[in-house]
Amino acid sequence: MSAQNLTIVQAVRDGLYTEMNLDDEVLVMGEDVGKNGGVFRATEGLWDEFGDDRVIDTPLAESGIVGTAIGMAAMGLKPVPEMQFSGFMYPAYDQIISHMSRFRTRTRGRYTLPMVLRAPYGGGIRAPESHSESKEMFYAHEAGLKVVIPSTPYDTKGLLISAIRDPDPVIFLEPKLIYRAFRGEVPEEDYTVPIGEAAVRKEGTDVSVFTYGAMTRPTLEAVENLEEEGIDAEVVDLRTISPLDRDTVVESFKKTGRAVVVHEAPKTGGLGAEITSIIQEEALLYQEAPVKRVAGYDVPYPLYALEDYYLPSVARVEDGIREAVNF
Amino acid sequence: MSVLQRDPQDQVRVLDENGTVVGEVPDIDDETLVDMYRNMRLARHFDTRAVSLQRQGRMGTYPPLSGQEGAQIGSAIALDEDDWMVPSYREHGAALLRGLPLKQTLLYWMGHEKGNQMPEGVNLFPPAVPIASQIPHATGAGWSFKLRGEENKAVICYFGDGATSEGDFHEGLNFAGVFDTPNVFFCNNNQWAISVPRERQTASETIAQKATAYGIDGVQVDGMDPLAVYSVTKAALEKAKNPAEGEGRPTLIEAVQYRFGAHTTADDPTVYRDDDEVEKWKAKDPIPRLETFLRETGRLDDESVEAIEADIKQRVADAIEAAESEPRPEPSEMFDYAYAERTPEVQAQYEEFEALREKVGDEGFLRE
Ligand SMILES: Cc1ncc(C[n+]2csc(CCOP(=O)(O)OP(=O)(O)O)c2C)c(N)n1
Repeated sequence: MSAQNLTIVQAVRDGLYTEMNLDDEVLVMGEDVGKNGGVFRATEGLWDEFGDDRVIDTPLAESGIVGTAIGMAAMGLKPVPEMQFSGFMYPAYDQIISHMSRFRTRTRGRYTLPMVLRAPYGGGIRAPESHSESKEMFYAHEAGLKVVIPSTPYDTKGLLISAIRDPDPVIFLEPKLIYRAFRGEVPEEDYTVPIGEAAVRKEGTDVSVFTYGAMTRPTLEAVENLEEEGIDAEVVDLRTISPLDRDTVVESFKKTGRAVVVHEAPKTGGLGAEITSIIQEEALLYQEAPVKRVAGYDVPYPLYALEDYYLPSVARVEDGIREAVNF
Repeated sequence: MSVLQRDPQDQVRVLDENGTVVGEVPDIDDETLVDMYRNMRLARHFDTRAVSLQRQGRMGTYPPLSGQEGAQIGSAIALDEDDWMVPSYREHGAALLRGLPLKQTLLYWMGHEKGNQMPEGVNLFPPAVPIASQIPHATGAGWSFKLRGEENKAVICYFGDGATSEGDFHEGLNFAGVFDTPNVFFCNNNQWAISVPRERQTASETIAQKATAYGIDGVQVDGMDPLAVYSVTKAALEKAKNPAEGEGRPTLIEAVQYRFGAHTTADDPTVYRDDDEVEKWKAKDPIPRLETFLRETGRLDDESVEAIEADIKQRVADAIEAAESEPRPEPSEMFDYAYAERTPEVQAQYEEFEALREKVGDEGFLRE
């Protein structure tokens, strides 16, 4: 396989391009995705390549975009609508929750929606109001949807292709803080990374740190810093938050007996609460310390002058890990 | 006959592109006319400086308004003291006229929450970032005046052409029609919603004609003609508060204009738009147009223009200096406004936050 060195946003584009070339049913739609190539350039060049019927600039109407994509998908197309920012998905929320997630159930499997709803999400880029929140749990809470959040260029392309090929609707959330933060090897060919499988990014024996998306990097940095203090942490990048890879979570926890969950979404009702419950249900007797959550706060995401204080920082993650280890 | 009583296709104009009178000059005193000019110049200069601050890394993403001064100032100056304004995120000029200091507009785009804190007595909603979401709020605010019998108040709500595609636009206008609320819906049709042209938002010939579907009045105005904008806005606000027998209160105004610059400082318009088009619209610039009219009617001369120039430069420089001297907000403020009183969980998180800050210092958080 020949490989290229891509950023995450380029890997999104490459995944779309690769799959659109292989499958005529795949189309891209959304605000500014055509001639402009997307406000983050995630669809750059696709309009030139595939034309107006497969790369569609829509009116500014999220409910319309998702609603019409549902109709297309029910008829067998594979639309990949883009929501410009996850903060602007709410006009489409009714379509996502009332229909996208339930079409298969409501028709007893007669119709399924092979569609992927993509959106950049999360904070840390000095963006204006409503551009930085992490609301992934809204979708993870909804049965019938799969929710994928990649953290590397390789995974981005592989997971996106899996999502497009998946018969069920997938919400594909792209951490925009790391859209361009680094590059990684991405094969030119099509390949898949399975949905629902976590990746162990670093093996360790003292404590398991569970994270995903943009928080994977500060977590790995914190863990590296703590090596000097003799703490050997394991880092699990969940990659898919629904369905969650419970086996990897439990296996890792049984090995270390201690857990820290790191996410930028607010603490209450966040994925940390879910992971803690899984540990309670399946590995209680292995537990050496309370599960520590390093998360966003239960307050509206602040304007950017304070966002660094809101987002888990390397120091905060380190502190959380020390607490779990020194309990 | 009111300027509103016309076909929605028939655009209201007072000044042509050269500043020559081609319509009915509204009844405004000289001082207000010069004030209109001063504020348009101020808005333009502010805008130019704000874009430059962003380029220098002294401010975050910023949505420029150049080209839209005629619509913003011409409409905002028509408001009475008690009227309310519900803006989108681009109405820095209109907000200034409603009483929001420039310093606060700067602070908001510099990422300070304080920019959103309206001074007492300023009848202004905060900028709405999610497109069209403010439109039903405006209807509700107008409706509240009606329910309480406050007949001297109307609400003006601003949004772009892209916003007319959202459900909230339709729901907001529909309620206004059904409940006959004192509202003026002011569409800044600047031809583009980021890269998507107006023709991709709607197959309607005009945006003004959409009013018909909600049973309210619709009027199209040359949005780069501040006097025409003033005329229609004034008439619409008066009708909202004091409708004649059988007349409805709400109005949809479509102000046809152009955004000269990028959608925001994060956008590159050369990808989707021709220079020719920009040049064509720059010829309609509302500022020289009003200036010509004011000079030719003896309301403005070299000397007063110079004085205005010096004044606006000073005001913008002062505002920038004030905004940049504002200290970084206290991080604990994050926890102060989510609820009237911190809930136990928020309080616990606040305490944990302060304890950690004590331990690791601000360096433990800041990524700059
Ligand atoms: C609900 C929603 N969807 C998408 C966006 C992203 N976005 C911000 S401005 C914009 C274009 C708006 O165009 P228009 O309504 O014409 O107003 P203009 O910016 O031209 O003044 C888009 C798509 C948003 N802010 N809110």
